[in-house]
Amino acid sequence: MNGIMKSPGLPALLLAAALPCICLAQQETQKEIERYRQLLAEGNPADLYEARGEELWKTKRGPKNASLQQCDLGLGPGVVRGAFARLPRWFPDTDRVEDLESRIVTCMVSLQGFKREEAIRNPFSAPGRPSDLEALASYVAGESKGMKLAAPLSHPKEIDAFRIGEQLFYRRAGPYDFACVSCHGDNGKRIRLQELPKLTDPNDARKIFTTWPAYRVSQGAVRTMQHRLYDCYWQMRHPQMDYASEASIALEVFMAKYASGGEIQAPGLKR
Amino acid sequence: MKRLPLVVLAALAGCASGPSDDEARARAEQVFRESFTHGNRQMAARVDQQDEVQALCTRYRNEAPQDVADRIGSAAAAGIRYPASGKFLGDWRQGERIAQDGYGLRFTDADTKRPNGGGCYNCHRIAPAEISYGTIGPSLYRFGALRGTGEPVQRYVYGKIYDSQAFLACSHMPRFGKNGVLTEEQITHLVALLLDPESPVNK
Repeated sequence: MNGIMKSPGLPALLLAAALPCICLAQQETQKEIERYRQLLAEGNPADLYEARGEELWKTKRGPKNASLQQCDLGLGPGVVRGAFARLPRWFPDTDRVEDLESRIVTCMVSLQGFKREEAIRNPFSAPGRPSDLEALASYVAGESKGMKLAAPLSHPKEIDAFRIGEQLFYRRAGPYDFACVSCHGDNGKRIRLQELPKLTDPNDARKIFTTWPAYRVSQGAVRTMQHRLYDCYWQMRHPQMDYASEASIALEVFMAKYASGGEIQAPGLKR
Repeated sequence: MKRLPLVVLAALAGCASGPSDDEARARAEQVFRESFTHGNRQMAARVDQQDEVQALCTRYRNEAPQDVADRIGSAAAAGIRYPASGKFLGDWRQGERIAQDGYGLRFTDADTKRPNGGGCYNCHRIAPAEISYGTIGPSLYRFGALRGTGEPVQRYVYGKIYDSQAFLACSHMPRFGKNGVLTEEQITHLVALLLDPESPVNK
């Protein structure tokens, strides 16, 4: 009793016990998220999207009643395996740089005869309204699982896209003055509890860029890289970014350079 | 006339970088305008045209040389509108709600009667009870206890929230007052959240 009263250590100890409490709670939250992630990783709901995507890929559809099996994703007609690891890239038939999603749309138009507006009508699913594009993107991306990302950056249009993407990455605008770099320019930062990758740091970029499309637990759906960019600009108080727009693809080319060499882990699993 | 030096600087900055940079910039601007065609034109106009601060900070990738930074800073400082009442300290409880709330100005935020939030916790640690805070900005926990709560500090905090560019050129922090995200009254509530001795921030 006496000892306790006299001990100057007790208040300090209490304080010391109280202070880490906050940090501890945070670590616990982070740990819980990690645990949840691992739990789900054993059965990523994105598996279902991949399966549905594969089925869609092989099903004859559209005005031309054709499947997507002859789609040239960059490695020649009909080659799906490994194609995602080489995207975005320039395509001679369209003379454009295309990403995973815009290339799928191109094939839906050219092979299946869909109008472009039809093909991109429902890019992001909502409850009760599944998106074919989310499923198709999951399937194609999954066929590069374990491979290293190596998007080409040699054609003049690829280099042009990279430079545009670089400009846009730093472009501040809107009522919040935000640019991509506002949130993705430093290591170890967070929005609320969400960790943010520094996208010009290969260590971060390799881990992040290669995990989209991903099943997002908070949205209960697979979301694609196009959705990630659309969502970023929404948060940045910009207008709605057009699906498969030139700016979105330029930003992907920019990011892909820093993510080069990262192992494809798509479809991933995220908050 | 006050804004003229910035315009001139923006033009000069163009000369300082290579012609290929200018070309990439011009291409990027064109691509940008063609990539956000949805929604109302008012919103597009808001981002198509950068103001001087945005253009300069973009150009220098947020690391403006000293002379540019000084001019951004003094122009911003001159534009801060302090409360007419002379009262900086609002209600910290309302401040906490504003700091938590991220509503406003997104293309899905259709309810224009609902006040905008500040979204402060997205980037800052503030009151200790909220453990879900971001780290893009510095911790503001115990701000008043550490920095004092007198008029000069109140004035500083108000100004910083109103236009952060007045204190750090090319700061990542939005210009909440200058850009009309928050009202002057809302800003005084945030000042109270940081500085009122009764606020949990300083307890």
